[in-house]
Amino acid sequence: MTIIDWLSSPLQYEFMLRGMLAAIMVGIVCAVIGTFVVLRGMAFFGDALAHTILPGIALGYLISGNAREILFWWALGTAIVASLGIGAISKQAQVKEDTAIGIIFAGMFALGIALISTVRSYAVDLSHFLFGDVLGVSTQSLWLISIFGGIVLLIVIAFYKEFTTISFDPVLALTLRLPVNLLNNLLLTLIAVTVAVSLQTVGVALMVAMLVTPAATASMLTHRLSTMMILAAIIAAFSGVVGLYLSYYFSIASGSAIVLTATFLFLLGFLYKRVKSI
Amino acid sequence: MYPQVIHQTDKPILNVQNLSVRYNGRVALEDINFHLHVGERVAVVGPNGAGKSTLFKVVAGVLQPNQGLVTISGSNPLVHQCIAYIPQRSQVDWAFPVNVADVVMMGRNAKLGLFKLPSKKDWDFVNHVLETVQLENLSKRQINQLSGGQQQRMFIARALAQEAELMLMDEPLTGLDTPAQESLLDLLDTLKGQNVTVMVATHDLEQASRHFDRIMLLNHKIITFDEPSSVMKTENLLQAYGARLRTTNGNDNLLTLDDSCCGDENEHDHH
Repeated sequence: MTIIDWLSSPLQYEFMLRGMLAAIMVGIVCAVIGTFVVLRGMAFFGDALAHTILPGIALGYLISGNAREILFWWALGTAIVASLGIGAISKQAQVKEDTAIGIIFAGMFALGIALISTVRSYAVDLSHFLFGDVLGVSTQSLWLISIFGGIVLLIVIAFYKEFTTISFDPVLALTLRLPVNLLNNLLLTLIAVTVAVSLQTVGVALMVAMLVTPAATASMLTHRLSTMMILAAIIAAFSGVVGLYLSYYFSIASGSAIVLTATFLFLLGFLYKRVKSI
Repeated sequence: MYPQVIHQTDKPILNVQNLSVRYNGRVALEDINFHLHVGERVAVVGPNGAGKSTLFKVVAGVLQPNQGLVTISGSNPLVHQCIAYIPQRSQVDWAFPVNVADVVMMGRNAKLGLFKLPSKKDWDFVNHVLETVQLENLSKRQINQLSGGQQQRMFIARALAQEAELMLMDEPLTGLDTPAQESLLDLLDTLKGQNVTVMVATHDLEQASRHFDRIMLLNHKIITFDEPSSVMKTENLLQAYGARLRTTNGNDNLLTLDDSCCGDENEHDHH
């Protein structure tokens, strides 16, 4: 078996091709928005947000069944509401921000599991929500991913210098009279859309890895934000492709194979940085 | 998204009336009244937690006062983009992946407007202000590779890129060695010709008295606001610093100040 055979044989299956496309697109969108997640120290927020949408998906699942294209809309709606909700609640002074996020995140996640567990054969579907099912992506889902992922990328490009400014120095942004609150909420909404788009690829439990790991790897390789974004996107897309090959040949769950590849690349980057600094 | 406003040149660049600010019931500033004329350079001196950062943030329009009125050339600070707030260095994320020119270009965001990338003219402007602060050779350097003095000069360049007319500098001298402090103060002197009004928060009274037109002694209230020679009187300083100031009774009327500084005013972390 030549290397070409090795690489091309999985691609004779259409579900593998669709899975590859989904993993690449989701990887790019997650990495680009994840760059801001990493720079603003929002990893815990991203993790919480992904888990918080579970009750929304569960409700959709109970009402309209297991059609992924319909569940996407439930995920999208819940993610946006949860994102802006957590954003607003974490501004209250009664409890510390991370404590507030922790409470909401665990409570909502428990509610999601409770709802799904009312269905008799819930285990399989629950594991798809938790860990993703990228090989089950339909053509219609691919369209949803590319349209909404594309919108996220376009908005990031359009507001690139404003997002950079509010992330680096919010006080400067205020003295330039930028609508800082509006831009913050826009960024939270974009993270929410990204989470909904990525749901089927990696699932809620591993989502945070797609948001932060490629961006963190890229941050060790460059000192420019634009370069960091592009590198993160390449790393994430590459992780998606390599992860799916690993999944195919070693029968590993696809979501975890993608995340493990990304984590391995992070470790390489980490070692490179350590060796370079010696 | 980016407002534009015409300055009324007959009005003081900054006018503050009956200003009071409280955080969770604690008084940060009380009954502050003063005004600045265009081109003035003022040092704001007072102990940690005296309300210096709070005053600057209210003047910049970043923080809303509980009471009182702030006007910039006759109008609300919120319609002005000409106010530059230069943060304490400890408040900045120096690991952020930007270089010196990127940070200075952020000051031009308002002039650029939405959906526009910087043109060659904007980069020329950035290079020009970097020359003014003598950082033209470091424009491509990542910001955490700068010395403390270079970091401050970068922020001055950003304020110039913003075309700031009122520059508020929060403890710019803190943590710098003496040569770096002097070169920063010299730079502020060279900006004098550009009609930029400067307010600098500092701990160092002696330096303030040598480099600034007027000194504001602040400890929640304005204790005195006058020319250096009038401010540097024992009773004023005692009122501002209280027990932290010791007078040694001698002919030279020497004062020693025990103000364990270093710019760790957490008062603005309560928003």
